[in-house]
Amino acid sequence: MKKKKKNLQKVIPYMVLLIIAGAFLLPLLWLVFAAFNPEASQAFAVPKYMSVENFRVILTDAKNQRGFLNSLFISVVQTGIVLVCSLLAAYPLSRYELKTGQKITMGMLFLTSIPITAVMVPVYQMFIMMKLVDSIGGTIIFLSASGLPYGIWMMKNFLDGVSVDLEEAAWIDGASAVKSVVHVVLPLMLPGLFTVAMFTFVGSWGNFFVPLILLQSTEKIPAAVNIYRFFGERGQVIYGQLAAYSIVYMLPVFVLYFFSQNYMSKGFAMTGASKG
Amino acid sequence: MVGTRNQQKRKIWKTALFFSPSILLLGVFFIGPMIMTVFFSFTDISLTGSSAQAMKFVGFRNFIEIFKDPKLLTVLKNTMVFLVFSGIIGQQCLGFLLASLMRGKNRLVRKFVGFTVVAGWITPEVIAAFMFSSFFADAGTLNKIIGIFGASPVSWLFTFPMACVVIANIWKGSAYSMMMFQASLDNISDDIVEAARIDGAGGLQILLRITLPMIKSTMATTFVIVTLSTLGAFGLVFAMTGGGPAIMTTTLSIFMYQKAFIAYQIGYGMAIALFILAIGILLSLVYIRLIRANDGN
Repeated sequence: MKKKKKNLQKVIPYMVLLIIAGAFLLPLLWLVFAAFNPEASQAFAVPKYMSVENFRVILTDAKNQRGFLNSLFISVVQTGIVLVCSLLAAYPLSRYELKTGQKITMGMLFLTSIPITAVMVPVYQMFIMMKLVDSIGGTIIFLSASGLPYGIWMMKNFLDGVSVDLEEAAWIDGASAVKSVVHVVLPLMLPGLFTVAMFTFVGSWGNFFVPLILLQSTEKIPAAVNIYRFFGERGQVIYGQLAAYSIVYMLPVFVLYFFSQNYMSKGFAMTGASKG
Repeated sequence: MVGTRNQQKRKIWKTALFFSPSILLLGVFFIGPMIMTVFFSFTDISLTGSSAQAMKFVGFRNFIEIFKDPKLLTVLKNTMVFLVFSGIIGQQCLGFLLASLMRGKNRLVRKFVGFTVVAGWITPEVIAAFMFSSFFADAGTLNKIIGIFGASPVSWLFTFPMACVVIANIWKGSAYSMMMFQASLDNISDDIVEAARIDGAGGLQILLRITLPMIKSTMATTFVIVTLSTLGAFGLVFAMTGGGPAIMTTTLSIFMYQKAFIAYQIGYGMAIALFILAIGILLSLVYIRLIRANDGN
């Protein structure tokens, strides 16, 4: 009797966990099945026969190709800018013990948690005045700025973990600060750089609000806005194609996730807000 | 003495130099707009019409107009409901439940469950919106499931639109709380829990007397972050319901979007933005306080 109760106590948490996992998985499974189903509807169904027709239609459309390329370009360039700027900024924050440095670090943490939504209206106004509306470059710069506080904060924490001793040894050997960063710190910083890159890229890739406001021309919009326009503004939606589009659009970030799970949990552990 | 002062000076200069690209970007594109919000919310600036050219100060008119708007009360209520149910109750509690259930479980189960939850976090919000509007659609998965049990279909997105977006947002955002709680629970040593158990403490007592007090600070910080990100949430709700039907799912951020970019009343939109920003700044300050207090311990 008692043993039974104990067994039950052990099984229940597993059951609860699996039920939650199943509930989380269900919408995703719909997406996967619908993508390969030529007769997909809005309801979950196992396809009678599998086909890649939906993918073919989506991927051969010139507008969609353009959307994916725009997304890739925006996200890669933004990630590059955030990496360089945050590394440069985090270095003195971590290495020089200045009072202002601590204040700046706290300022960065403060900025990470300001919702981007709150600045979108003034940013649009500013972009009109600077004649930057509908410019991919302008959008990238704004996205970079919005990703910087979190980048700097994470980078500073990673740099704190890299021992100063090695660097000092390089200095004594006559290396300049820049040289010691490039040859000594940078290789040790690779996991940190990777984490910052991954967070920035995922945030940028999925971003919808910023390009929705700042970009307008069909040939400039990234995949997020393209898919919204493509399916949101048409009456009759072909669900199989919608699902196929979604899968293609999600794939890069999921692949990135599988390669960097450990780095990701490190980024989360750093506290600070990661804004999607 | 002189040497150290020179060194100090050099350090400050170097810091400034290294920081300049970031300062430029943040100053112009982040802090600048924050200040602009304050300035423009007192003007009648708009994108079309005469006031587009000649903008003038109108004092508190935008704010008075907002408070007179009959929609405001509903919008605030929607925002609160969305915040409390999807952010605080949903993501926080589910995140904690998941993290505590996963503690000490089989590695494979942990990985699998973890993946299903994190999948929501990495899924772009537009996709999440499509997935859930299909899930709740009249001919969608949910109606098919309840159909199996003999229930007749429900128009979820029209009858319970808020519940639909709340569930979608829980799906999208629970990963953050889960990961934070996991990290924090990992810090509680098994010995303490075991010792309490030997002393005769039950599951509930362990939860209330040991676990919760030890993860108090994590709860506080995730609470602030979840609140801020839910307050700023836009794409998910917008792509799912567009704020409708009528204004049943219009939250503050969607209200702001409609005023500024659909009705072209930028000044009015700015005033709403300022409100969101003010809450954001307030909570961020609380957040920093919490982080600093934790570091002190």
